[in-house]
Amino acid sequence: MTRRRNWRTTVVGVILTAIMLFPVYWMINVSLTPKDKLRADPPPLFPWHPNFEGYAKVIHEQFPYLATSFLVGIGTVIVVLVVAAPAGYALAKLRPRGGATLTFGLLVAQMIPGIIMAMGFYLIFHSWGLLNTLWGLIIADSTLAVPFGVLIFTAFMIGIPDEIIQAARIDGAGYWRTFRSIVLPVSRNSIVTVSLFAFLWSWSDFLFSSTLNRGGVLQTITIGIYRYLGNNTQDWNAIMATAVVASIPAAFLLVIAQRYVAAGVTAGAVKD
Amino acid sequence: MTEGPLPRNGSDVIDGTTGEAAAQAAASPPARKETARSAAWKAQLAAWAFLTPMVIYMIAFYLWPLLRNLDLSFRDYTLGSFITGNAKFNGFDNYVKILTDPAFPTALRNTFLFVAASLLFQFSIGLALAVFFHRNFPLSTTLRALFLVPWLLPLLVSASVWAWMMNSDSGVINYFLQTIGLHPIYWLTSPTWSLTAVTVANIWIGIPFNLVLLYAGLQAIPEEIHEAAAIDGASKSQAFWRVTFPLLRPVSAITLLLGLVYTLKVFDIIWVMSLGGPGNSSMTLAIWSYRLGFGGGSPQLGPAAAVGNVLIVIAFIFGIFYIRAQRRALRS
Repeated sequence: MTRRRNWRTTVVGVILTAIMLFPVYWMINVSLTPKDKLRADPPPLFPWHPNFEGYAKVIHEQFPYLATSFLVGIGTVIVVLVVAAPAGYALAKLRPRGGATLTFGLLVAQMIPGIIMAMGFYLIFHSWGLLNTLWGLIIADSTLAVPFGVLIFTAFMIGIPDEIIQAARIDGAGYWRTFRSIVLPVSRNSIVTVSLFAFLWSWSDFLFSSTLNRGGVLQTITIGIYRYLGNNTQDWNAIMATAVVASIPAAFLLVIAQRYVAAGVTAGAVKD
Repeated sequence: MTEGPLPRNGSDVIDGTTGEAAAQAAASPPARKETARSAAWKAQLAAWAFLTPMVIYMIAFYLWPLLRNLDLSFRDYTLGSFITGNAKFNGFDNYVKILTDPAFPTALRNTFLFVAASLLFQFSIGLALAVFFHRNFPLSTTLRALFLVPWLLPLLVSASVWAWMMNSDSGVINYFLQTIGLHPIYWLTSPTWSLTAVTVANIWIGIPFNLVLLYAGLQAIPEEIHEAAAIDGASKSQAFWRVTFPLLRPVSAITLLLGLVYTLKVFDIIWVMSLGGPGNSSMTLAIWSYRLGFGGGSPQLGPAAAVGNVLIVIAFIFGIFYIRAQRRALRS
């Protein structure tokens, strides 16, 4: 009896999920629709005869954008890890005086609207000569993930048993050695989580790309889609194909790191 | 967050370093005190050495842009200012300009409606789903993970998908509306509907966040409480509204306030779907600021910064509520 009711709940769950994910399905469906059927009435609800001209266009026209976003993403991950991992270690294990104030500062930093950061960075990068460069974009994108990174690292590293850190100290390892050869290897999971999110947020950024890098030679994939939207509103299959390709990192994150994702949402909200 | 376990850790660190020193120190008590103090001092030094990159980063890349933005809002920044690097100080002119602009009440009203409707629906749908998934049926973990997809997609992707689904002539939403006998809606081309259209897309994106937080909150409520309520003869809905919901209050407060701060910031979705138009019909404060600064035409960076600062004041006021709610949740 309960068993059957359980499965009935599953059916309801599947239906709800299907409704929720309909836009994602529609994106894939449109990306496979031939150009002349895009405005058909009724619209083709299922890609019976998938057409890959949209994807051919993506590979043809969007490859440089994808490569740029990838590069910027990797750069962002490195900056975030270098800044956040030592800070997380200090806050979790070294009991700095004023640590609580710093954590508070990070929470506040997370709340600054992006448009304000963009305008501030615009002026600063203008005087530093970083406008329209990938370095500038990497710095700006990293601000999206540094507070998150520090909070995650602190939360994970608090759980590292003090005994193993002490053992290393008794063996004569200094603070830096302990951090590098004990704390970091043990924190692999948190490094993966922070890296994945830093990459994803940098990959998804549109605001900084469209303000700080608007004249740059190398443009990111979000700008690629945005230009498509502006230029040829007829080619919705190509736009949707680009959107599908741009969603790959998110899909990857969900499949590979599913258990970290929920932790990522909750961190910085409930857990800290 | 860091308060709880820290004292223990801290003293451990000090003990570790003073262990060997203790033997010598036993001979002369004042020297022991001295060594302990210098060890604590060394530990502080090490801690701050590890924090240095982040402190420099925070000053250079959060505080400095914020201050530049504040400074900018009191200046008359023109195209010439970019070349000379100077802009005339003009006091509160930018603020007077934007506050007396007829666009200001529109932007404020749109921001309020956008945030209020987003929060109301995201939260109630998220809560209903959290309760639903809390029943732990077969496949529930997988389905719950799939619900995260909208949150993970690049905003630009979600926004363009919704823009196409809401296309007046060829959009699938109007197709469905007509199939069930309703009139098509000019979602993004009519000033009456554009704000609703971008709000709907934003609700969709925000549901996963609410679901995950509220689900975690439900998980934290001990099962016995529900059992006790059931034994006392409470019906399911009574148990929910009288027992579960009040216990969920701290988590709900955090979810709503955090959602509020995030929703105030929303830019990408509206910009890609409607550019804040037609006219100013879906223009929020964030969109207005971007329009003034980067929306084409001659950039009005001073007024743009002033609008941004109005936004930040609103965000910070609610941010303080958030941090207080969080502290309270931690204490209980």
